[in-house]
Amino acid sequence: MIPAAFDYVRAGSAAEAISLIGQHGDEAKFLAGGHSLLPLMKLRLAAPSVLVDIGRVTDLSYIRDAGDHIAIGALTRHMDVETSAVLKEHAPLLAHAASHVGDPQVRHRGTIGGSIAHADPASDLPATTLALGATYVAQGPNGTREIAATDFYQGFLESALAPDEMLTEIRVPKMGGAGWSFQKFNRRAQDWAIVGVAAWRGSNGSGVALVNMGSTPILATSVSNALAQGASVSDAAQLAAEEAEPQSDLNASPEYRVHLAKVLVRRALEEAGK
Amino acid sequence: MTVTDDRPASVLGTRRLRKEDPALLTGEAKYTNDLDLPGALHLAVLRSPYAHARIISVDTSAAATSPGVVAVYSGADLADTWGAPMPSAWAVTADMKNPAHYPLASGKVCYVGDGVACVLATSDAAARDALDLIDVQYEPLPAVVDLEDALSDRVVIHEDLGTNSSYTWDLKIEGHEGQVDEAFANAAYTVRERFVQQRLIPMAMEPRAVAAVPQPFGGDMVLYSATQVPHILKVMVALTLGIPEHQMRVIAPAVGGGFGSKLDVYAEELLCVALARKHKVPVRWVEERGENTVATIHGRGQIQHVELAADADGKLTAVRIRILADMGGYQQLITAGIPILGAFLYAGVYDLPHAYDFSCTGVYTTLTPTDAYRGAGRPEATYAIERAMDVLADQMGIDPMDLRKRNFIRKEQFPYTAFTGLTYDSGDHLAAAEMAAELADYAGVRARQATQNVPGATKLLGIGQASYFEMCGLAPSRVLASLNYSAGGWEAATVRVLPTNKVQVVTGTAPHGQGHETAWSMIVADRLGISPDDVDVLHSDTAIAPLGLDTYGSRSLPVGGVAIAMACDKVIDKAKKIAAHQLEANEDDLDFVGGSFTVKGSPDRTMPLAAIAFEAFTAHNLPDGLEPNLEAQVTYDPPNFSWPFGTHICTVEIDTETGQVDVLQYVAVDDCGNQVNPLIVEGQVHGGVVQGMAQALYEEAVYDSDGTLKNASLAEYLVPAASDVPNITLGHTVTPSPTNPLGVKGIGEAGTIGSAPAVMNAVIDALSSLGVSDMPMPASPHNVWKAIQSAQQGASK
Ligand SMILES: Cc1cc2nc3c(=O)[nH]c(=O)nc-3n(C[C@H](O)[C@H](O)[C@H](O)COP(=O)(O)OP(=O)(O)OC[C@H]3O[C@@H](n4cnc5c(N)ncnc54)[C@H](O)[C@@H]3O)c2cc1C
Repeated sequence: MIPAAFDYVRAGSAAEAISLIGQHGDEAKFLAGGHSLLPLMKLRLAAPSVLVDIGRVTDLSYIRDAGDHIAIGALTRHMDVETSAVLKEHAPLLAHAASHVGDPQVRHRGTIGGSIAHADPASDLPATTLALGATYVAQGPNGTREIAATDFYQGFLESALAPDEMLTEIRVPKMGGAGWSFQKFNRRAQDWAIVGVAAWRGSNGSGVALVNMGSTPILATSVSNALAQGASVSDAAQLAAEEAEPQSDLNASPEYRVHLAKVLVRRALEEAGK
Repeated sequence: MTVTDDRPASVLGTRRLRKEDPALLTGEAKYTNDLDLPGALHLAVLRSPYAHARIISVDTSAAATSPGVVAVYSGADLADTWGAPMPSAWAVTADMKNPAHYPLASGKVCYVGDGVACVLATSDAAARDALDLIDVQYEPLPAVVDLEDALSDRVVIHEDLGTNSSYTWDLKIEGHEGQVDEAFANAAYTVRERFVQQRLIPMAMEPRAVAAVPQPFGGDMVLYSATQVPHILKVMVALTLGIPEHQMRVIAPAVGGGFGSKLDVYAEELLCVALARKHKVPVRWVEERGENTVATIHGRGQIQHVELAADADGKLTAVRIRILADMGGYQQLITAGIPILGAFLYAGVYDLPHAYDFSCTGVYTTLTPTDAYRGAGRPEATYAIERAMDVLADQMGIDPMDLRKRNFIRKEQFPYTAFTGLTYDSGDHLAAAEMAAELADYAGVRARQATQNVPGATKLLGIGQASYFEMCGLAPSRVLASLNYSAGGWEAATVRVLPTNKVQVVTGTAPHGQGHETAWSMIVADRLGISPDDVDVLHSDTAIAPLGLDTYGSRSLPVGGVAIAMACDKVIDKAKKIAAHQLEANEDDLDFVGGSFTVKGSPDRTMPLAAIAFEAFTAHNLPDGLEPNLEAQVTYDPPNFSWPFGTHICTVEIDTETGQVDVLQYVAVDDCGNQVNPLIVEGQVHGGVVQGMAQALYEEAVYDSDGTLKNASLAEYLVPAASDVPNITLGHTVTPSPTNPLGVKGIGEAGTIGSAPAVMNAVIDALSSLGVSDMPMPASPHNVWKAIQSAQQGASK
């Protein structure tokens, strides 16, 4: 488990990190918690020549009430998301989902920004923020821009971020007391989901997103549409995999994944409706 | 009159904390890779990405000029280095076919992970980088992944052998051959099942690590290795490399688990020693985790055809077994013998007169070699008979517990001479089963099941049992001879009382997590009447403990621990002569209690061992002809195996919508005779149960049709973690072994042997109302779901 040789620089601020990435070009990568990037490097599936460590950009570690939404700094660790009183009050689905990421070591190192920037369809927080209708803030050499979660995920481990753009903030709309559920189906407690469902349902609608049901996190819009048109939970759940393109892997065939998605969406909506 | 027993309470049977643990838990223990070896070169091995291919060329030129690289060798470059092929110590039949196997392949590769070249460099990173620069041209050949395909010889892997079949080993009961067919012809019930023991990756927490350190002048070599078998390794390395044995010293520093995977002689051990001799500097190697999944042996890998015949009452009348065993691309140290270790146990704990017919064929495939893995042969046997018993009970429409009770060897039949000629020294299967049933509330679960498992239910309850007999404590040397094994089964011990009455114990066992230092010092403390804290246990260094046969097969306590008790007794005998001399008493008039000799009836005429130890050291006043010092050595060859037994009961609930199996409760009742330290016994049972449960629910080495391992990492090969393990309720019956003075039996493998069949019987029991009668391990959610789907499709046809 020895990675290829690389250089290491530590950034003190987002601006410095972006300029360092600019200097080193394509072969450079941001290093946040390192819990997705370092395993890839150790397996030599990734071999960046420079790592720009943003792990100590502490001013990007925060969770703030910003009126209609909660603003979360990209460098906030999963453990802080999980235990945040602000999130427990206004976006409990996200706090709860964060408690299902990996194991305590992973949650103390991994960051919400790293998880979203990595754009792994099997990760819990991309799908959860997608279900919640989040907006992501990216900062680049020419300033900042907002990217809707629905526009962010473009393919397997591919996002709308440019190589020299850094994710700085995640904005999650307040849930306003909507019911919610997070269903994570896996074989061992610390594993990624075989299939996962993040769902909420309130007076103003619903949001359902699927983990590991395609090359990106999937927003199950057919389910929400059916519910809006008055379908029962079990009928709506039958549409769980309409938008999905599930893969086959050691844990599940595509058919089994589709089946699980239907079962888990039904259970999620039942729980959210309680 | 009241009689008080003023002997001090024995330390035996107490829950003493392990003296090994502080160093392990604080991270201060030194493993092989922690050794500071100035000037050492780092070895890295380039491994074949093909399961089966001819090596056309190996170009090492670019790697040789990579920074930090000292040398690069292909298999052909080193061909002259080996005095003999890699050792294989168990030719199970006289005509067994065993291809020559060298530390690096040269003509062709036979599994993904087979070494083809190696780099020596000044750092591990430099060595690893250079691997990417070695250019090997291969001509890929078809992979042989499936055992039945291998047997067909469609593709012959070792052309010189002409076949993939290595051997067929039969066990037929002389004089009773016709009885098997007769029993099947007359049977009221017959069972015919095919079970698959999937390949498992042992996955010790510490991967393998090796360091070979040449000594100044003269050619002596010290080999450090994360091994279970320093003594065997010393002999084998000496033989393979032509090093005089007395110049080889093997040390196993702290070793982080083995489970059989470190009971071997590996290519990297031979490479490190050979290259350290060649370059005259230390050479070290540590295995990467991914490498560990392909380059360290695998376990299990069998297809079992099991047939039972029974009379109208369900009494077993015959057992017929046909095994196909996957040896992988080559044989490692005892590959061929693993299924044979189970051959005697396919009738389990049941009273079967003579109608037994066993045959095993070992075949080569283009996969990682298999070898010993916790239980080695015995979990496979227990699984087969215990699953088949449940099938028989189902056929008869009776409770599987009831069927077992009808067939158990009864307590009063012990010692029981089995059809194989082996003597089961002691046992009480009914007591263990009844205790387990009570702890598991067997009747209560059955009652709940009747109300819960109704048509349409999505949560199904299941309860399953396995009763086992284990043949361990390897082993009487003459029995090993009859099985063609090339070593004995004795163990050696030295007990040395130092001048200040502290005790050194030298053992030939090689602990790698078991707690021998604690247990052996408790045995000595009990015998000599001293504190366990005053005992130091020396082991795992062939210069300090030159005699030994190491640790595997649940042998350390029933063979090595017994040797220590016997050495203590010899020390006491000698001490008694000194005491008699000094107290001017007759030896027969002395009692040895609480560490002191006292003249019977004269409590004031007494001499403590401490005084005797000092007398033995000064030798100023010893009886005529008695040698100075207080030390005794014993080599103990056990007269019989040790026969632990027990019953495990598992209760599961299955979510039929997802296929998820939840273990609600696990009960293990194990009888390992007298317990030296119940804390250690419990730890062994817990770990063992989880390892067997892992086979039932989580683990499987998955290969694609090209022979590539698909789950070569801990993210994909699912070793259960603490959070995945249910509470385990333990119970113990105590039936002391009558064949050794401590009355002990092995406990290292028992948990693994009982648990896979107990869990699978529970899973099938839960699903039986849906028409599922068997399914492959592991009972992963996906596999359970598929089993339900296909049973339902079958039913709707
Ligand atoms: C054993 C284990 C188990 C795990 N289990 C789970 C699980 O169950 N569920 C789950 O969701 N995740 C799981 N993870 C992943 C974990 O959540 C990671 O921490 C997370 O996915 C990545 O966050 P990070 O901060 O570690 O990112 P890093 O690994 O540092 O970076 C990941 C990628 O994102 C880029 N990046 C990081 N931060 C930024 C930024 N601010 N702007 C732009 N690019 C950035 C990096 O350049 C890199 O390409 C697990 C990880 C491990 C090691």
